[in-house]
Amino acid sequence: MFDFLEGYDVLGAFWTTVQLTVLSAVGALVWGTLLAAMRVSPVPLMRGFANVYVNIVRNIPLTIIVLFASLGLADIFGATMGASDFKIQGFRLAVLGLVGYTSAFVCEAIRSGINTVPMGQAEAARAIGLNFSQTLRLIVLPQAFRAVIGPLANVLIALTKNTTVASAIGVAEAATLMKTMMENEAQTLAIGAVFALGFVVLTLPVGLLLGWAGKRLAVKR
Amino acid sequence: MTEVSVAKEDAVTADELVVLSGVNKHFGPLHVLQDIDLTIGRGEVVVVIGPSGSGKSTLCRTINRLEGVDSGSITIDGDPLPAEGRALARLRADVGMVFQSFNLFAHKTVLENVVLGQVKVRKADRKRAEEKARALLDRVGVGAQADKYPAQLSGGQQQRVAIARALAMDPKVMLFDEPTSALDPEMINEVLEVMQQLAQEGMTMVVVTHEMGFARSAANRVVFMADGRIVEQAEPEQFFSNPRSERARDFLSKILHH
Ligand SMILES: Nc1ncnc2c1ncn2[C@@H]1O[C@H](COP(=O)(O)OP(=O)(O)OP(=O)(O)O)[C@@H](O)[C@H]1O
Ligand SMILES: [Mg+2]
Repeated sequence: MFDFLEGYDVLGAFWTTVQLTVLSAVGALVWGTLLAAMRVSPVPLMRGFANVYVNIVRNIPLTIIVLFASLGLADIFGATMGASDFKIQGFRLAVLGLVGYTSAFVCEAIRSGINTVPMGQAEAARAIGLNFSQTLRLIVLPQAFRAVIGPLANVLIALTKNTTVASAIGVAEAATLMKTMMENEAQTLAIGAVFALGFVVLTLPVGLLLGWAGKRLAVKR
Repeated sequence: MTEVSVAKEDAVTADELVVLSGVNKHFGPLHVLQDIDLTIGRGEVVVVIGPSGSGKSTLCRTINRLEGVDSGSITIDGDPLPAEGRALARLRADVGMVFQSFNLFAHKTVLENVVLGQVKVRKADRKRAEEKARALLDRVGVGAQADKYPAQLSGGQQQRVAIARALAMDPKVMLFDEPTSALDPEMINEVLEVMQQLAQEGMTMVVVTHEMGFARSAANRVVFMADGRIVEQAEPEQFFSNPRSERARDFLSKILHH
């Protein structure tokens, strides 16, 4: 019944999807948090930069961003991302594009989390002598993160699905393989179902786990 | 903290700890602090009272620069308040602040609340900091709650933890902004007792409060504010029994009849 799977490395393709997701998630979390910190910083230049970045990036389709990373950065500026091999270069550029794009959404989620932290928390922190960055790192961000685990889970799920855009620049992830298979085999509906199921298997546990964690870690006031 | 208790009259010396001179502050068109001159001696306990909106909180907040001022100068132990930055953070650690709404760090245990500043600001050794935190928590009577989170404590307990958190920095002066206003009546005394004891031990304190009992028994001086100005200053007995200004008489008649 599943003969059409024979000869294709479906697991391998999904493994690439997982790698794209995990690396992009880590990068987006770090860069998105930095952007959020800039958005609340007392330095107007930083606030302005983060503001402009977020509002430009989240309004451009991801496909264009990933294509830009590939065509613009790699082909015109010759950025090889330290890769010798064309495949590895494509993978890294896809991660770069996904990080750049997803971080805008991470930033906004964290910023809404910062808004749930009462002003008094930061004031008390400053009053005992913590500086701006300590106040942010030790008091405000930990509480902000816990408030937005749910929204961050949504961003992560969207990211998992968004990795399919990497097929536009030839990264051999799940969607790329699906296209190949659909061209070669007759059972297109079954193929589609297998890949859809694959994505649900990846994202569903993430959503459930983070939903549970969000409730458990919520800050009681 | 040593256990020397100093009679409150002797505590006041010519030694000036906090000096505000010619301080002005606006919030937009509102002139919240108008030409404030105020000197607080080392070991002195000053109670600030006045109608709502008169600028009492703002006065407190300018002393540790949670609010900047438009003009005038504020010095703590001879040092002018630095602008934002490292030096300011250090100076703030020398000025303890207790808020009306406690503001304990909600994601940290009671013990962590008292340890954090010692380790991150004073660079104290963690083990020492914990010992000191436990001793301070015992002193304010909440030692048994050390491992709980703030939300699990009553208001009175939270406020006492907040006092311990401020004391852990070994501040030169403590500011209290209506520390008992958010408390249920039965919890007010447990907080006032801790403050009373601090006063007896010689801590320099600025206390915004309408607790007349506390002002009478612990304060060296009452400062009465109205419309952003210091209208009158006097010893508590004299102020309450024989206020000089019309504003103060009016204000006292209102709060004493409640
Ligand atoms: N951050 C701010 N921005 C604008 N106006 C403010 C701000 N903080 C305080 N004010 C205004 O400044 C005035 C003085 O406020 P302040 O909180 O110092 O008064 P207060 O004497 O402490 O009053 P209360 O007894 O109600 O606490 C009030 O009219 C208040 O509305
Ligand atoms: Mg006030």
